[in-house]
Amino acid sequence: MKKNQGICITLFFLLFFNCFIASANAAILSSRELIGNAVNYDGKTIVYSGEVIGDIMLRGEHAWVNISDGSNSIGVWMDARMAREIRFSGDYKNRGDKIEVTGVFHRACPEHGGDLDIHAKTIRRIEAGGPLKRDLQARKKNISIVLFGALILIWILTLFKRS
Amino acid sequence: MILRPRLEDLKIIGFYLGKIILGLALTMTIPIAAGLLFWELNPSLDFLIGMEISVLLGVLLVRLCRTDKDLNWMQGMIVVSLSWVAAMFLGAIPLHLSGHWNSFLDACFDSMSGFATTGLALVQDLDHLSYTHNLWRHIIMFLGGQGIVVIALSFFVRGFSGAFKMYVGEAREEKILPNVVHTSRFIWLVSLVYLILGTLALGITGVVNGMRPLNSFFHGACIFMTAFDTGGFSPQSQSILYYHSAAYEIITIVIMVMGALNFKLHYHLWIGNRREIYRNIETSVLFLTVASSFSIVALGLSKTGSYSSVWSLFRKGFYQLISAHSGTGFQTIYPQQFTMDWNHLSLVGVILAMSLGGAICSTTGAIKMLRIGIIVKAFKQDLKRIIMPERALVIEKMHHIKEVFLDDKLVRGALIITLAYIILYVAGALVGMFYGNSFLNSLFESTSAAANVGLSCGITNAGMPAVLKTTYIIQMWIGRLEFMSVFTILGFLIAIVRGK
Repeated sequence: MKKNQGICITLFFLLFFNCFIASANAAILSSRELIGNAVNYDGKTIVYSGEVIGDIMLRGEHAWVNISDGSNSIGVWMDARMAREIRFSGDYKNRGDKIEVTGVFHRACPEHGGDLDIHAKTIRRIEAGGPLKRDLQARKKNISIVLFGALILIWILTLFKRS
Repeated sequence: MILRPRLEDLKIIGFYLGKIILGLALTMTIPIAAGLLFWELNPSLDFLIGMEISVLLGVLLVRLCRTDKDLNWMQGMIVVSLSWVAAMFLGAIPLHLSGHWNSFLDACFDSMSGFATTGLALVQDLDHLSYTHNLWRHIIMFLGGQGIVVIALSFFVRGFSGAFKMYVGEAREEKILPNVVHTSRFIWLVSLVYLILGTLALGITGVVNGMRPLNSFFHGACIFMTAFDTGGFSPQSQSILYYHSAAYEIITIVIMVMGALNFKLHYHLWIGNRREIYRNIETSVLFLTVASSFSIVALGLSKTGSYSSVWSLFRKGFYQLISAHSGTGFQTIYPQQFTMDWNHLSLVGVILAMSLGGAICSTTGAIKMLRIGIIVKAFKQDLKRIIMPERALVIEKMHHIKEVFLDDKLVRGALIITLAYIILYVAGALVGMFYGNSFLNSLFESTSAAANVGLSCGITNAGMPAVLKTTYIIQMWIGRLEFMSVFTILGFLIAIVRGK
C-alpha cells in the first residue's frame, strides 16, 4: 500500500513538474504566425498573449473576448468566470489588461461557424490595464484659435466690402 | 480646334465648388458634437481645425468666384470630380491630426476610401480610435454613398438647372422624382428611415450578444451606415468577425442587399408596388449572378477542405460573397485567409462578384446589374438575328420600372462603361504586379479598389509603396464617379494647356 502511495506521489510530482516546464517553455505565438500558419496550429494547444480590446461579450456560461497583439485581434472563447477576472478592456480611453491565453487554436472552428478562434483553457493577467491619460494638446488648441481669427478677419473684410 | 477655358468658366466652377465645400464643412459639426458628448476633447479639436480650414477655403472660393450664372455640362462634371478630390483632402485633415495614420497620404487614402464607399483602410491601432474619429469614418461613407453633391442638392442648393448636371456627374443616371432636388431628398428620406430601423436592429442584437448598450448602439449606427452605403468600414479592426454572431451577420447581409438595390426600386416598394422587385431586370440579374458566383466560391472552398462542415462553408463563403457582390467589403475572415485558406477558384468567384456590383442608382460601385442585363439581352438579340430569317424584325425588351426596348445606343453605353471598368481593374492589377504581388492577388485588390468594394487579401497595408496607394486612390475616385466626370476634368486640363 505504502509502495503504491509512493509511486502515485512520485508520478504526481513528475507530471506536475513536466506540465510546469512545458508551460514555461511554450513559446508565445503572434497573431501573424497563427493566421499565417493556421493549418499547422489547427487543433493544437497554443499560447497567445495580447491586450483585451472592445467588449467582453458574455454568452451564457461562456464569453467572447477579443485579444490584440498589435498586429491582429483574435477572438478567444472562454469560461464566463475567466472573463469576469478581466478588469479593463482597451478603447480610446483605456488600455486593456494584457493577458496570456493557453488554449486550443482553431483555423475554422466547427462550433463557431468556421471562425478562426482560440478556445481558452487558462488565462493569466500579465499586465494590468488602466485609464489612458489624454491631455488637451496645446498645439491643436492654438491652431484652431488662429484659424478662427482668420475666419473672423474674412467676415469683417466682407462687411467692409458690402458697406 | 480645342477652345481654351475662359476665366468665367473657372469662376463658375470655383463658386459651386466653394458651396459644396461649405456643405462638407457643415457635416463636421456632427463629429464635433459627438466629441463633446463623449468628452473627447482632442478629437473634437481635430474636427474644429478641419472645419475651419474647410470654411476658409469654401468662403474664399465663393467670395472670389461669385457668379449668378448656371452650370453647363462640362462645368457640372468638373465641379463634381473636384468636389470629391476636395472632400478627400479636407476629410483627411482630422484623421491625420488624430495620429492614427502614418502619413497624410494614408489619411487621404482612408478618406477617399470612405467617401467612395470602398472600405480599404490604412488606419493604425483602430481598436483605440476615439468615438469621434470612428463616427467620422462611418459618416463619410454614408455621405459618399448618397453622393456629396446629393447632400448639397438636398440642403444647400435651391433648384437650378445645373443641379441635374452635377447629379448625373456623380454617377446617378436615373431620377426617381421629376425634380433632382426632390430625388435627392427622397434618397435621404429612405436612408434616414432605414438608418433608424437598422441601428435599432443591430443595437438590440449587440446588447443580446453581450455588448455594452452604448457601444452596441454606436456600433449599430456605424455598421448600418457602412452596410447600407455598401462601404465596409467597421469600428473595430476585425470587421464583422469582432461580433462572433450569426444574427449580426444575417442582419448585415439584409442591409447590404438593400443597399445594393436601386433607390427607384425602393421608391416603388414604398408606394406599394411590390411586384416590381420580381419583374425588374436588375433584381433578376442580381439573383442569377449571386447564385452563379457563389457556386464558384462554394466549389472552390469544398475543394480546399478548409471548412469541415457545410454550415461553416456556407457561412464564410456566402458572407464574403454577398459582401463582395454588394461592394461592401465587410469580412468575417482575416485578409490573409483569402490567400492561405481559399484556393484560386474561390478567389476568382469573389473577384467576379466584386467586378459586377449592384444596381444603378444605388450606393454600389462596379459595372452594375442593369448594364450586365443589357449586354446579355443584346447577345440574345444578336443570336436571334442569326437564327431567324433575314427579314424578321428582332425586338428585345426588358423591364426596368417600365418596359424598355433595347436599342444600339443603350447597348453601346453599357458596353463602353463595362470595358472602361475592365481596363481599370487590369491597370491596377499591373501596378500591383509591378511591386511583386501575384497576378490573382493584384487583380483581387485592384478590383476591390476600382469597384469600391473594400475586401482585401492583404496587399493593402500601411507599408505598401506610395505609388500603389496613389493608384488605389485614383481607382476608387474614377470607379465611384463612373469615368465621365473624371474624363471631363482631363479634357479640361488638356484644353487649358493646348486650347486656343
